[in-house]
Formats: sequence, structure tokens, C-alpha cells
Amino acid sequence: MSSCKEDDPRIDGIQSRIRVVPNFPKPGIMFQDITTVLLDPRAFKDTIDLFVERYKSKNITVVAGIEARGFIFGPPIALAIGAKFVPLRKPKKLPGKVIREEYDLEYGSDCLEMHVGAVESEERALVVDDLIATGGTLCAAMNLLERAGAEVVECACVIEIPDLKGRDRLNGKPLFVLVESQ
Amino acid sequence: MFAAENGLKGDPRLKGISDAIRVVPHFPKPGIMFQDITTLVSNPRAFKDTIDIFVDRYRDMDISVVAGVEARGFMFAPAIALAIGAKFIPLRKPGKLPGEVISEAYELEYGKDRLEMHVGTVQHGDRALIIDDLVATGGTLSAAIRLLERVGAEVVECACVIGLPEVKGRCRLGGKPLYMLVEPRQ
Repeated sequence: MSSCKEDDPRIDGIQSRIRVVPNFPKPGIMFQDITTVLLDPRAFKDTIDLFVERYKSKNITVVAGIEARGFIFGPPIALAIGAKFVPLRKPKKLPGKVIREEYDLEYGSDCLEMHVGAVESEERALVVDDLIATGGTLCAAMNLLERAGAEVVECACVIEIPDLKGRDRLNGKPLFVLVESQ
Repeated sequence: MFAAENGLKGDPRLKGISDAIRVVPHFPKPGIMFQDITTLVSNPRAFKDTIDIFVDRYRDMDISVVAGVEARGFMFAPAIALAIGAKFIPLRKPGKLPGEVISEAYELEYGKDRLEMHVGTVQHGDRALIIDDLVATGGTLSAAIRLLERVGAEVVECACVIGLPEVKGRCRLGGKPLYMLVEPRQ
């Protein structure tokens, strides 16, 4: 199923560098800011290494990253394991033909898009984002990849907020995270 | 300056990188031949070559900060930062970065936009590189330079994968050296 690398000594260094910003983007939300991890070259490298170690022998051919913070973690992982990087973007950012998937927000809905032809049938895909909250965005990402015929092997995030139960919205797909947050 | 004029003339990797970029006509509006780097990042060989060329150039320049411009700059800058052991700083559209930020305005073809950076991430004495996928007018990069200089960093160079004709023949932007890998494809 899914796992969290609690026993790896690098996790403490990563977790301690995540900054919590209260009441952002709105009152009541404790925002998990990963930019402080990126300021520490050791912690950032450890983050990427932990994902690369897990995925390098799993024959992953596609790493899909969710705009915009997924673009920070996805490409270094893709480069290290020799996979394609595919950006999943907000509407109207990708040029050319796209497929789109709508998903619910707390109020209203949003959309994620992927290029037609970015991913081929039977490819093995990883979906990467900085954080999983409700799981809505990750679920939309998985749907895009599956509609293109790929197999989503796993979703990978730096941080999970377990209380929001995003893990349950992944249609049984495994989720791998480095850090859990309250 | 382009890589081919600056030590990499004839380097076969440059052709591979150029060939991997897709041109999408009339995006985002009629008349624009959009240089799409998504086909570059989905080509593992060409993507690796892109990063390697930048890393080879910057690894011995004592760079302590690599700033990437949202969102396509995020696809290139972190890998460079990781390889040279520098901090990665995201430069973002307004309202995205939590906590205290500074911001700089820049001109668009119609209207203005702003770029933001976190306060306290860059110190006086930091040597910075700024990365984006493409440079056209240089408005965004100039705003990025101003942000880093306001907090006392020294901008060593700006680097982009693609340099549009507006910057052809120029070696500098906003007073700083500008390094580009390839010209746009037709």
C-alpha cells in the first residue's frame, strides 16, 4: 500500500525545514511552506534522493508534476531515473491540443490539463506534488494519465495532511509521502 | 550571448535541444510562434543535456542562489541548484508565496504584472543565477534582477534555454550577462 519513511534519518532534516505559515491563503489554514526546504541544499537533495531511491528500479517512464510546486520536485526525480517529465497545468497554459479534467474545490471547481500525446498507452507513471490535502488535484492528475492509457504506479508527495483523508480519494492507488503534518 | 558563440560551437547537444523544442503557431494569440519546451522536458536525453550544459558552466562560479521564474523556470532551475549545491529560490506571481515578500512590477505587452520573492532567503553577498525557459523582451528577467539586487545579492548571470530575436546580438540584460542555449525554431 502506502508508506512513510519514518525511520530514515534524513526525514528529520526535511521535516524541520518545512515552515508553517498560519492563516494563508485564508484564515484557519496552516500553510505548509516547502520553500524553506529548498533553501537548504542538503535537505532538498535528501528529499529528491528519497524519491529516486524508491522509484529508480520500478521502470517508471513518466513523472507527471502538478503546477506549480510539483514542477520543483518532479523534474529532478525524472532526470535521475531517466523518465520523461510531463507538466500538468492550470487551464490555457499549455499550447496545442490538451485533455482536461475538472475537479471540485471547497467552493466551485478547477481544471487540470495535459498535452495530447505527452503520454503513451502502457506507460508507467508517477504523479508528484509538494503536498496532498483533500486529494482532489491528485485524483484529477491520475485521471488524466489513465485517460491517456498510462498506468499510475504511485502518487508521491513531500507532505500529507492525514486529517483531510486525501489518501482515500486516490481510487486505491498507493501514496508515498515523506512527512505527515497535523 | 548564445552557447554556440561561447565555447560550445558545434556541440551536438545543442542541436538535440533545439530539435526537441516544439513550435506551436498562433499561441497564445495570432502571430506568435510559441516555443514549447514541454517536448524538451519529456525527452530525457535532451533534458539532461540542457541541465548538464548549465551545470558545467556554473559549477565553478561560486553560485550560492539559483532563482527560477514561475512556472516554466521551475522546470530547470531546481535541477541546476541541486547539482551545484546552491539554494533554490522561486520567484512567483503575486499572492502565491506565503509569509513576507518583496515585489517588483514589470511591463507586459498590455498592462503590468508583478514578481514576488520571499524576504530573508537571500543575503548580502549571495551570488545569484536567474533561470527562465525563454527570454523575449527581458521584462520579467529585469524584474527578477531588481528583486535580487534589492536584497543585496550579486546577480552573476541570467540564463535561458531559448533567446528570442529581441535579445539576439545582446550579451547583457539589465546590466547583467545573459546566456542562452538556442534560438527559436521557425
